[in-house]
Amino acid sequence: MLSRLPLAALKSSGAVGASRSTLSAAGKRSASQVRFASTASSSSGAFQSLFTSRASLVSVTLFSAGSIAWYTHLYGSLPFIGEVHANSLADDGLHPGVYPWPHKGLFDTFDHASIRRGFQVYREVCAACHSLDRIAWRNLVGVSHTADEARLLAEDVEYTDGPDDAGEMFQRPGKLSDYLPPPYPNEEAARAGNGGALPPDLSLIIKARHGGADYVFSLLTGYVDPPAGVEIREGMNYNPYFPGGAISMARLLFDGLVEYEDGTPATTSQMAKDVVTFLNWAAEPELDERKRLGLKAVILFSALFAVSIGVKRFKWTPIKNRKIIYKPPVDNAL
Amino acid sequence: MLGNTFYNSIVKRNSVYVSTIFLGAFTFGVGFDVAVSSFWDRWNQGKQWKDIRDKYVQDADS
Repeated sequence: MLSRLPLAALKSSGAVGASRSTLSAAGKRSASQVRFASTASSSSGAFQSLFTSRASLVSVTLFSAGSIAWYTHLYGSLPFIGEVHANSLADDGLHPGVYPWPHKGLFDTFDHASIRRGFQVYREVCAACHSLDRIAWRNLVGVSHTADEARLLAEDVEYTDGPDDAGEMFQRPGKLSDYLPPPYPNEEAARAGNGGALPPDLSLIIKARHGGADYVFSLLTGYVDPPAGVEIREGMNYNPYFPGGAISMARLLFDGLVEYEDGTPATTSQMAKDVVTFLNWAAEPELDERKRLGLKAVILFSALFAVSIGVKRFKWTPIKNRKIIYKPPVDNAL
Repeated sequence: MLGNTFYNSIVKRNSVYVSTIFLGAFTFGVGFDVAVSSFWDRWNQGKQWKDIRDKYVQDADS
């Protein structure tokens, strides 16, 4: 097949060129053929040999087969070709719903009252197992707490400092510059306290999970009884949003678990929304300022773009509108 | 007419021209920032820290 079909198809076009050259060799040259004779003969010969030779056919075939092999090696499967999978979609976790977060829109800042409530939920519930390494007490100042409040919060925690003059480490109350205290001294202690599962650090958890805030909210509110046929091991819990379905963290948010100082009813979904807002702030503390600067930049750059279009049109007007008129020379000899 | 006034009052002396540009840039920068900020604060009314901080601040500081 390789030797017959494409070559035969290509050869017919080659025969046309050949017959033309024999015709011209026979001396029946029309004026146009004479005119293009030199260019046509030399270039079409090279063109046809490139497209009709068996070597190029073989090399193009090898190149295509090699590309397909390389792609499959890199990505596992070819696009647009159906596949059959043995695993169930539940293994990847249920996709979270899309929630109308107060900070979702292009111009929307965080709801800082929600950040403050979320910090309370984190401190009273999540902080028992999850660390928040990248947030210091000073980061709360001007975001969810006043400096005095943050200072009081920090002073509740004892930090190891030192060494002092005698070379001893000592305990002191926290300062604004201290980071939030981790619940466990190291990863091994965290695993030992949680049945071998490591509670992840929550500083960047919203950025670190597919689905972001929607996913964490769905996870926190999505605990249900396992469906029939799903075995959950001792010490694990079923959550359809968690990839694999079995999660070590139990459901922790129940109605009325915390008491908000601003009187907001502490329902499960309210607490989940507040703590996710707080964690979203922890992951993206620059969000408010980034969106404000982005708005200014978009306004300025689109104005500059409009000005540049105007200048271009202004400069090109004489070139675009000119008309070149051919005035034939007057033959005075006749 | 307008072009002549513009040229004679601003462009003719380079010192005036340059200081007009610098002053214009400064005032535009301030005005643009004020305009965007006022839109921003109106859009996000009640959500930002400055809207809720008076509920928590006790003294004059912080």
